[in-house]
Amino acid sequence: MNQITADAPMDTLRDISRGKPVIVLDKVNKWFGSLHVLRDISLSISERERVVVCGPSGSGKSTMIRCINRLESHQEGRILVEGTELTDDLRSLDTIRREVGMVFQSFNLFPHLTILENCTLAPIWVRKMPRAAAEELAMSYLERVKIPEQAKKYPGQLSGGQQQRVAIARALCMKPKIMLFDEPTSALDPEMIKEVLDTMITLAESGMTMVCVTHEMGFARQVADRVVFMDRGEIVESGPPHRMFESPQTERLQLFLSQILRGH
Amino acid sequence: MSTTLSNPSSTQAQSAPPPFTTRAGAWLKANLFNSWLSTATTLALLYVIVRSLLAFVDWAFIHAVWSVPYSAQGIADTTVCHNVKGDGACWAIIADKYRLILFGRFPYDEQWRPAIVVFLFIGLYVCSAIRKFWGKGIATKPIILVAVMAALATLVDDALFLLIDIVASLVGRPYTQPPAVLSAVLGYIDLTGRYVFMVATTIIWPMVGVWVITLAAIGVLMSGGVFGLSAVPVDYWGGLPITLILATFGIAIAFPLSILIALGRRSTKMPAVKMLCVLYVELIRGVPLISVLFMASVMFPLFMPPGINVDKLLRAQIAVILFAAAYLAEVVRGGLQALPKGQTEAADALGLAYWQKTGLIILPQALRLVIPPLVNTFIGFFKDTSLVLIIGLFDLLTMGKIALSDPPWQAFSTEVYITLAIIYIMFCYAMSRYSRGLERELNSTQQR
Repeated sequence: MNQITADAPMDTLRDISRGKPVIVLDKVNKWFGSLHVLRDISLSISERERVVVCGPSGSGKSTMIRCINRLESHQEGRILVEGTELTDDLRSLDTIRREVGMVFQSFNLFPHLTILENCTLAPIWVRKMPRAAAEELAMSYLERVKIPEQAKKYPGQLSGGQQQRVAIARALCMKPKIMLFDEPTSALDPEMIKEVLDTMITLAESGMTMVCVTHEMGFARQVADRVVFMDRGEIVESGPPHRMFESPQTERLQLFLSQILRGH
Repeated sequence: MSTTLSNPSSTQAQSAPPPFTTRAGAWLKANLFNSWLSTATTLALLYVIVRSLLAFVDWAFIHAVWSVPYSAQGIADTTVCHNVKGDGACWAIIADKYRLILFGRFPYDEQWRPAIVVFLFIGLYVCSAIRKFWGKGIATKPIILVAVMAALATLVDDALFLLIDIVASLVGRPYTQPPAVLSAVLGYIDLTGRYVFMVATTIIWPMVGVWVITLAAIGVLMSGGVFGLSAVPVDYWGGLPITLILATFGIAIAFPLSILIALGRRSTKMPAVKMLCVLYVELIRGVPLISVLFMASVMFPLFMPPGINVDKLLRAQIAVILFAAAYLAEVVRGGLQALPKGQTEAADALGLAYWQKTGLIILPQALRLVIPPLVNTFIGFFKDTSLVLIIGLFDLLTMGKIALSDPPWQAFSTEVYITLAIIYIMFCYAMSRYSRGLERELNSTQQR
């Protein structure tokens, strides 16, 4: 109950702060061989908006957000990020990837570099930042994700939750305008999920534009402006979290929610 | 009740480590004499080992002949050796022939030069093995620019020389030197370019500079002709320096080349490059090294315009490089393949460009994964350089054979081969020890 009452004024606040669309997907189609994984996906995400994408496994949600920074390429339709269209042109791709940070399910930290080096690598080589400045920046983000004391260690020496927080700090060190999260808590033990979610909530409160693929419905309720439900490669339903969870319109979402709730 | 009582004691027994025996007697009993079968095996093996060890010590040291008398003409009298043959080793052959085996037909009085070369090579290996020495020097833009300019000048200069040669020979004139002024100017640019390049690289990356300078010194010592050293043509080079030159240059050039080939073979964006790399690897791997060496020594000169003479050692060197690169490329590709896809994706997502991603993320990890097979291939190629005897180059093994062709010494091949084996083992064992140390060091920091 208090969830709804707490959400209501927040929604209006968010509507006021919401700016121009920064990610636009327009009738995007993608096939893996003959498998149609994305069907006519159209979605517009505004500046400072927090979108949670959910759906059963194999519904194409990961593929969709991987298309946003072109880890996967789409075959039909248009994707615009910050007004730049994603094409095979390498220069526009570089600009987009610089502005879009990504956090993966399996962390993907670089095991041969220390935590600090993981964070400073891209600022130094891509942003051409001086080493000292990059290290200062990295330490400030490591402090924000609450693990500055691990800076000199290697990823293999950290727990899963700590590694994922480093991965978030690493992405933030590029000062991205948009953050993508691809099931950031799915590979974590239950007791570590909370520390990662807390970090994400703090980030959401700072006004970052976020797109998260996640099954954490509590997180969706707390921070999402909009929940997008995908199934079999298409967007079935989308809307503010309280409407999605309390009064789902489609049968497929109702089924999905009942399965999720039964699982919990 | 009884179960609850017995539980703590049983868990305690499980958690306690098994009794650890420090006494040698207990270890022997447990491992070598724990049953009648193992006792019998132990005793039988012990007998065989002790017998053969005693026999070897007897042959190699107790009954060995260390020196023989020489006739007035300087011909060795090997009757003593022949008398003990079968019972004792004749190490006198090594005392007599070691300089021929190590340095080949290099002028006898000048053999201090290849001797220094061998020590330079060993020094180079030792320096390179100490990772502390691989630190960065000063790499400012002007110095890099100077190095690149110097390298370009030298290359363009060399290309001009070659072009003049080719044109001269194609025009049909007998092979002549270009006009004196041009030749002098080109020579001056060439020399200056080289020196500037050496100095600049040493400043930028000290270890690379050390390599460039050492290799240049080795070249000067071997061929001479400058600084008052008498000129020694490549035909007179032989023994250990040939082996070390072929192996060092072979591996040092083939390794970076193999990385490029492996990357090319995995390229998705450049199908033509990929095709070329696949073709190269499959072609070179599909033929024996001997046939590549033959191609290099017999066929290659036929394709060159008359008058152009690339010397035999260089041709063999190129053959070894091309061959080694194909094998190493597959080893490197194995490492690239083993790397999780997430690493590339993470690098992509951070906006790293292709060469940044490859140089900073992919190769450091992929090469670490393949240290054992890499060193395996290095060791293999160190020994495979002995195949150059087929095309008439006198490496260490060939010189051993030549030493044995001297009539008084013909019967004592065992002694020579054992000596050669010891030299090869020293170099190969050093490589394998270093690689194991490297693996340990990298694993201890990475803790994966």
